[in-house]
Amino acid sequence: MTFPLLTVLALVPIIGAIVLIFVKGQVGKLVGYGFALTTLVLGVLAFILHTQGAALAEDVSWIPAIGAHYALDLDGMGAILVLMTVILVPVVLLAEWHVGDHETARWSGSTFFALALLMQGLALYVFMASDILLFYVAFEATLIPTYFLIGGYGGPRRRAAAIKFLIYSLAGGLVMLVAVAGVYAATAAQGSPSFLIGDVVGLDMGTNMARWLFVGFFFAFAVKAPLVGLHTWLPDTAEQATPGTSTLLVGILDKIGTFGMIKICLQAFPEATQWATPVILIWAIVSMLYGAFMAFGAKDLLRLVSYTSISHFGIMVFGIFALTTQSITGSIFYMLNHGLSTAALFLVVGFMIRRRGTADIDAYGGVQKVAPVLAGFLLLSGLSALGLPGMGSFIGEFLVLAGSWQRYPIHIAFLVLAMVLAAVYVLRMYKTTMTGEVTEQVTTHVTTDLTLREKAVVAPLIALLLLFGFFPKPVLDVADTAAQNTMATVGVTDPAPQAEEGN
Amino acid sequence: MINLLETPIPAPTLEWMLLAPLFVLLGVGALGILLEGFLPRGTRHVVQASLAALGILVALGLTILNWIQEAPSLAAMGLLAIDGPAYVFWTLILVVGLGGVALFAERRVAGDLSAFASSAATVPGSPLEREADRLRREHTEIFPLLVFALFGMLLFASTNNLLVLFVAVEIFSLPLYLLTGMARRRRLLSQEAALKYFLLGSVASAIMLYGVAMLYGYSGSLALAGVADAISAGSGSKWLLLGGMLLTSVGVLFKIGAVPFHAWTPDAYMGAPTPVTGFMAVATKTAAVAALMRVFYVALGGLAWDWQLLFSVVAVITMLVGATAALAQTDIKRLLAYSSIAHAGFILVGVVGAVQAGENVSISSVAAVAFYLLTYGVATLGAFAIVMMVRRAGGEANGLDAWRGLGKRNPVIAVLMTLFMLSFAGIPLTAGFIGKLAVFASAWEGGYGWLVLVAVVMSVIAAFFYLKVVVAMWFQDEDDETVGTVETPSIWTWIVLAVAALATLVLGIVPGAVLDLFASAAQFIR
Repeated sequence: MTFPLLTVLALVPIIGAIVLIFVKGQVGKLVGYGFALTTLVLGVLAFILHTQGAALAEDVSWIPAIGAHYALDLDGMGAILVLMTVILVPVVLLAEWHVGDHETARWSGSTFFALALLMQGLALYVFMASDILLFYVAFEATLIPTYFLIGGYGGPRRRAAAIKFLIYSLAGGLVMLVAVAGVYAATAAQGSPSFLIGDVVGLDMGTNMARWLFVGFFFAFAVKAPLVGLHTWLPDTAEQATPGTSTLLVGILDKIGTFGMIKICLQAFPEATQWATPVILIWAIVSMLYGAFMAFGAKDLLRLVSYTSISHFGIMVFGIFALTTQSITGSIFYMLNHGLSTAALFLVVGFMIRRRGTADIDAYGGVQKVAPVLAGFLLLSGLSALGLPGMGSFIGEFLVLAGSWQRYPIHIAFLVLAMVLAAVYVLRMYKTTMTGEVTEQVTTHVTTDLTLREKAVVAPLIALLLLFGFFPKPVLDVADTAAQNTMATVGVTDPAPQAEEGN
Repeated sequence: MINLLETPIPAPTLEWMLLAPLFVLLGVGALGILLEGFLPRGTRHVVQASLAALGILVALGLTILNWIQEAPSLAAMGLLAIDGPAYVFWTLILVVGLGGVALFAERRVAGDLSAFASSAATVPGSPLEREADRLRREHTEIFPLLVFALFGMLLFASTNNLLVLFVAVEIFSLPLYLLTGMARRRRLLSQEAALKYFLLGSVASAIMLYGVAMLYGYSGSLALAGVADAISAGSGSKWLLLGGMLLTSVGVLFKIGAVPFHAWTPDAYMGAPTPVTGFMAVATKTAAVAALMRVFYVALGGLAWDWQLLFSVVAVITMLVGATAALAQTDIKRLLAYSSIAHAGFILVGVVGAVQAGENVSISSVAAVAFYLLTYGVATLGAFAIVMMVRRAGGEANGLDAWRGLGKRNPVIAVLMTLFMLSFAGIPLTAGFIGKLAVFASAWEGGYGWLVLVAVVMSVIAAFFYLKVVVAMWFQDEDDETVGTVETPSIWTWIVLAVAALATLVLGIVPGAVLDLFASAAQFIR
C-alpha cells in the first residue's frame, strides 16, 4: 500500500489537538504550532503532488451495511482549499498567540490551539472526502470545536452567539442529513447502497427525487456560505468571537458551503442544478447587494467585515451557478483569495480593536498618524477585499464577471454594482478610522504600532495575495481543470465565445 | 362430562438449551430471595450483587453461545420465538442489566450508602425510618428484583404468543413498580411516582389485555402466526381486528413511553432512585420496542398500512412533545425523561418504515432500531451514572444549576457528559449519529421520507436542551449556593462509564461490524 498522505495530512492536526490535552501552557502552544507547521508542509506537498498528477486517492470500506467508504481524494478545488486551510491556521494561531491571557478568555491559550487544530483536521477531511457520508460526518463534526472556540473566547455576549451559530448550522446540517439518507435510499434502490460521489454522479434517481435532494444539500450549504436570509448568525458571531475564530469560520468553514455546492450539488444533481439556477442567481445577487449595503451602514468593524464576506459569498455563488468554465474557475480561485483577504482584514482589524478596546468605527480617527504600519496593512487588506487589480481577489471577481457575461448580461450589472459598493464601503471605513485628526482616545489607547509578531501574521497574507494577483497561473490552472471537469460532469457547455477565453 | 382425572395432561416439551438464559435468570432471582432469609446482614450486599451479576453474565454467555450455535426456532411449544431479533434484544437487555447491577451496587458516592431506602416499609419521616437509617439497614432484595425484571423483559422480547405478551409485561413491570418507590431521598416523591407508575401501568396492561382478547376473538388464535393467517384469510369483523390492534398497541406504547401514554415518564424517572431510572429507561424501552416490532410485524403485518399511519402520527406527536417539553426543564432527571420520550419518537420513526432486508435494502428496520436502542442505551446508562455522582449535602444535586462550571471542577466527567449529550443530539462521530442515520435511512426506504424530514426538525429542537446541559457545564460559572460536587464512585460505576463512553465513540466512528451483525440477525420467525 502506498503512503496514505491524505489521511496523515488530516490526522496530524487532530493528533496535535489530542497531544495538547496533556501538554499545556507556553510549551503547549509551541507544540501546537509545530503541528500546524507540519500540516502546512504536508498540505503544500499534497498540493504539489496533485498538480503533478500523482494518485493520492484512498478508499477503504467503512460501514459495509450502508455502503459507506472511508474514501479520500484531491480534486483541483479540494487541493486549493486544502492549501488555503493549511496556510490560514498557522497564521491565525500566531495572531491569537496571547488569546488565553485575555481576562475574558474562559480557557487557556493552548486549549484555543487544540480546538483550532481539531477544526482544521476535520475541515481537511471535508475538503478531501469523496464519500458523501464521510463528508457529512466531518462537516457536522467541525461544529463542535467551532462552538467551543466561539463560546470560550471573545466578547461578553459570545455565548448567545455560539448558540445561534450552532442552531443555524445544526438546522442546515440536519436537513442535509435527510438528503444523505435520501442518497442512501436512491443508491440502494439501484442495487447496492453507496455514498461515493463517483457512484452518485450520473445516477438516474428520478427528477423529483434529485430535486428534493438538491434542495436538501443546497440549504445546508447556503447556511454555511451564508446567503441572505440564512446569514444572521454570521455578523453576530463575528462581532462576539475573537478575530482569529472569525477568520477560521469565514475563511475556512464557510468555504465548505461553496465547496459543497460545486462538489455535490452541481456534480450529483446536474438536472436539478439547472432547474434551480434562475432562483439561486437572483438569491446570490440579493445577497451580494444586501451584504454590501449592510457593510455600508455597519457601525461595528467586525460586523462590517462579516457583511463584506456575505457580499462576496454572493459573488462566489453567482459564479458557481452561472455555469460556465470561466465563472466556476473564478469562483474557485476567489474562494482561495477571499480566505486570505478576509483573514488579513479580520486580523488587522483585530489588532486595531485590541489596542483601542472597542470595535465601534466612530471611536477611531487618525490612527494612521500614530500607527502607520497598521494603517498600511489595513489599506492593503481593504484593497484586496474590494478587488483591486493586482490582488488575487481581482482575478477571481473578474473571471466570474467575464464568464457570466454572455449568459447573464443583465445580472452582471448588479454584480458590478456590488463591486463598486465594495470600493465605497472599504475606503469609507479606511477614511473614517485612519485619516483625519487624531482623536484624544486614539492617542491614549493606540500607543504602539504593529509588533513584529503582528507584522509576521499579516505580511505573508498580503504577499500571497499579491503573488496570486500578479502570477496566478499555477493555481489558476488547477482551478481551471477542476472547473472543466465539473462542467463535463454537469453536461453544460460554455456559450460560444465572442472573444478569446481569459487566462 | 369430561373426567379431568382421566384426561392426560400432555407434558410440555421444552428446549432446555434455547431457554437456558431464561431459566438461569429465574433461578438466580429465586435463589436471591431465598438467600435473603439465611445470610447475615453484613454479607448480603456483596453476595447478592455478585450473584446477580454472575447470573446475568451466565445468561448472557448462554445467549451468545446459542446465537452462534443454534438455528432460529420456536421454543416452549411455540410460545416463544428464539430467533435473530430475540438474540439481539436479549443481548442488549442483558448487557444493560449488567450495567444496572453496577449502578444498583454503587455506594461509594453517597458515603457508603446505597441510593435505596434503608427500609422501604417504614413511613417516611417516622422514628422507625430513623432507626433503620441509624442501623444502616439496606434492601438487598433490589438485586433479585432486577433479575426478575430482566427475566420478564427477555420473555417480552421473544414472545410469539399474545398471552405471553401480557404475562411478560406483568412480570417485568411489578419489580419496576417496586423499585421505583424505594429512593432513599425524597421518599414521598418516590412513592408517589411508584403509585402513579403502577396505576397507569395497570390500566395500560388491562387495555392491552382487552386488545389481546379482541384479536383472539377475531382470529381464534393467540399465536402471532395464527393472527397473521386469519388476517391474510380476511374473514371476520374488520372492526374487531382494528380495535384489537389499537388496544394492544396502547399497552406496548405505554411501556415505550410514547405520547399520549407518556405521562408517567417524567414523574417516575424523577422519583425513582437514579440507578433504577437509568436501568428502566433503557431496558424497558428495549424490551417494549422488541415486542412492538414482533407483534406488529409478525402478527399484524397484513395491517401494515393501518398501523404505519397510526405509528407515524404517534411518532410525530411523541417527538414534538418530548423535545419541546424538555426545553423547559431545569431538573436533569426530568430533562432526561423528556429526552427519552423524544427518543421513543425517533425509534418509532424507524419502526414505521417496516422494511425487510432483501432486494435493494441492506438495513432492515429491525436492525436499524436495534442499533438505535444500543446507542441510546449506552449514552443513557452513562448519563445516569454521572447524575448519580453530582451531589450536594449528601443527596444528588439534580438541578441544572448544580452542574454549572462542572467543566472547571471536573473536566473528565464534564467531557464524558458532553459526549453523551452530543450522542443524544445525534452529532457525528458519536454513536447517536449513526443510530439516527440508520433509522432515518430505513424509514426513507419504507417510503416515509416526510416523516424523516419531521424527525430532523425535531432533532434540531432536541439539540437545544442537550446543549443546555453542555452550556451549563462549560460556559456558566458555579454558584456557591447550588454548586454540586462530583463524588468519586466505585470501580464498577467507572467501568460502566468507561464502557459507555468507549461504545459511544467506537460505534460512532466504526459502526460497521455491529451494524452487519444486527443486519444478519433481523429476520423474525413465526
